[in-house]
Amino acid sequence: MRTVSPWWEPAPPDGTMGEPRARGRFGDYGGRYAPESLVEACREVDQAFREAWADPGFRGALARLLAVHAGRPTPLTPAGRLSEALGVRLYLKREDLTHTGSHKINNVLGQALLATRMGRRRLIAETGAGQHGVATATAAALLGLDATVFMGERDIERQALNVFRMRMLGAEVVPVTTGSRTLKDATSEAMRHWVGATGDSHYCIGSVVGPDPYPWMVREFQRVIGDEARAQCAAELRTGVPDHVVACVGGGSNAAGTFAGFADTTARLVGVEAEGGAGASRGRLGVLHGCRSLFLQDDDGQITEAHSIAAGLDYPGVGPEHAHLRDLGRARYVTVSDDEAAAAAVRLARTEGIVPALESAHALAWVIRAAAGGDLPAGSTVLMTLSGRGDKDVSTLKELL
Amino acid sequence: MTNPTLAAGEVERHLRARRDGGRGLLMPYVTGGIAPGWTDYLSAFADAGADAIEVGLPFSDPTLDGVTIQRASAAALARGASTRRILADLAGLPDLGVPLVASTYYNLVLHDGPEAFCAALRRAGVAGLIVPDLPVHEAGELMDVAAAAGVEPALLASPTTPPTRLAEIAARSRGFVYAVSLMGTTGERDGLAASAAELAGRIRRVSDRPVLLGFGISTPDQARRARRHADGVVVGAAVMRRVLDGAGPDDLRAFIATLRQALDQECDRSG
Ligand SMILES: Cc1ncc(COP(=O)(O)O)c(C=O)c1O
Repeated sequence: MRTVSPWWEPAPPDGTMGEPRARGRFGDYGGRYAPESLVEACREVDQAFREAWADPGFRGALARLLAVHAGRPTPLTPAGRLSEALGVRLYLKREDLTHTGSHKINNVLGQALLATRMGRRRLIAETGAGQHGVATATAAALLGLDATVFMGERDIERQALNVFRMRMLGAEVVPVTTGSRTLKDATSEAMRHWVGATGDSHYCIGSVVGPDPYPWMVREFQRVIGDEARAQCAAELRTGVPDHVVACVGGGSNAAGTFAGFADTTARLVGVEAEGGAGASRGRLGVLHGCRSLFLQDDDGQITEAHSIAAGLDYPGVGPEHAHLRDLGRARYVTVSDDEAAAAAVRLARTEGIVPALESAHALAWVIRAAAGGDLPAGSTVLMTLSGRGDKDVSTLKELL
Repeated sequence: MTNPTLAAGEVERHLRARRDGGRGLLMPYVTGGIAPGWTDYLSAFADAGADAIEVGLPFSDPTLDGVTIQRASAAALARGASTRRILADLAGLPDLGVPLVASTYYNLVLHDGPEAFCAALRRAGVAGLIVPDLPVHEAGELMDVAAAAGVEPALLASPTTPPTRLAEIAARSRGFVYAVSLMGTTGERDGLAASAAELAGRIRRVSDRPVLLGFGISTPDQARRARRHADGVVVGAAVMRRVLDGAGPDDLRAFIATLRQALDQECDRSG
């Protein structure tokens, strides 16, 4: 018999992870807290997305791009040696094997296709580590669009290779010199820029954050992860559905896409945050970048900077749907330290021959800890989304190890 | 309908009375806590002929502000400015004879909850409020508690606001309607955007509430032009650039006086 940990609500509430309620609400979270100058642009994106998502022609075109350009479907890999060592049965959903090396491409191809349908000529994006920026530059090149990517000056120094990749792909990379000069400030600057460019540009947000419809739209573009994994689990696992579904959470897009495939099952959903960027675990109600959600703040209500070894988890908030899933008890959010994540990355490399992105290594670090500590009972099945590959992180790891 | 002048709060009554007296309205902005003795700027503005004064409560992530007000916000926060301290400074001031209007991002309103926030504004003698990231469809939670506390939240309208929304904004706005002159962030510009006149005209056709044009208005000449289409202007970045460059209250008094003079001349000309 398996023991049930006390922190879970057993039954998934009906309709979880469907369309948000009126005005883009997930419970009390979400909404469209955009400056008035962006409200009409958000409404246009919302309308275009609803029409496109209901149009088999659009769905077919996106599915084809995901297949022939991005390399989908991605495999489900049983982590054999690691599973044996941990005493659980671990399966990896391999988003690291997509073109450009992370799940970010799923969302970007969707939004880029939508932008062309809306007659937009240019994509605007923010990026932290550069993964979303590279994906945006890639999709823009593929579809013949211009791309302008905002990136904090500090991240430009830390991620020089990705900056070069974006420029090689033809994107303009704009350094952001204000605030903490990282992802939060790049996002603010991209929004400011969009205010003056709504006529010809689409703002391609990289995670399940921002004003309605972005959190919902980005989750829908990422749900291909969960939908594929659901079918693969049904074919692969004796039980059909894994006991646990685990993903790392920055803004929360790979987790939202993964969870969406399992929200109506008995699988327990776990989002893993970086200790220094734990919006869902330690955030407090607020509004930033267009949505009402949980954000790290000081006692005066100023947003604090996130700090993580994984640049993609360096965001002081979390998408509104995750805040809602947390409140419902449908998903649990936990944190992992830089050291645990780095150790997990090395362990996966040595047991399975896979070097994960440091973001994804957070999810694995929790699996390792939970298997040892009893949160994951022996013999349970675990599906973990491996959101990206670790090439971008080798220099960080080299300094650490 | 009751007479709107009687139903209006003190900010709106004050602005209407001055407008109806033929005056072009002037609302200079200062970032709260920007320098020691920062409230001296407020007295200087009042002396120089301001009709209302906007006080920014600095936020870490000012997503609708250009570089000048971003820098001012960061500088104020680095000095230890906070909503609490700024409101305490304001509470200690003598009556300046013009209404004070706080402006900030919604995160700071939500921090202690809209009710406590509005009560704190009122205790500090602040009667108006501007929240640029709170559009009309999300404003319900604030409008009712603000009304109960005696605070008037002014809503923003932008050049891309469609007609039905514009009518709703004009109807639900309190104090005045803030017309965002251009599609962009705050910050000085070389000229008055063409979109300014059109938007102000559209608002005036659906509402009798005072209309203030803001964003980009930086010079006496721009203020004069704006006055032809709207009831008055908000001047922020042009003030804060001077403050960041070291200008003191006397320098700002002189600058605000040039704006006052430009608005008065335009009134004489058109009146
Ligand atoms: C590989 C990888 N995983 C995860 C993330 C975090 O984003 P999200 O939480 O939206 O999936 C990023 C962001 O850059 C990433 O590059």
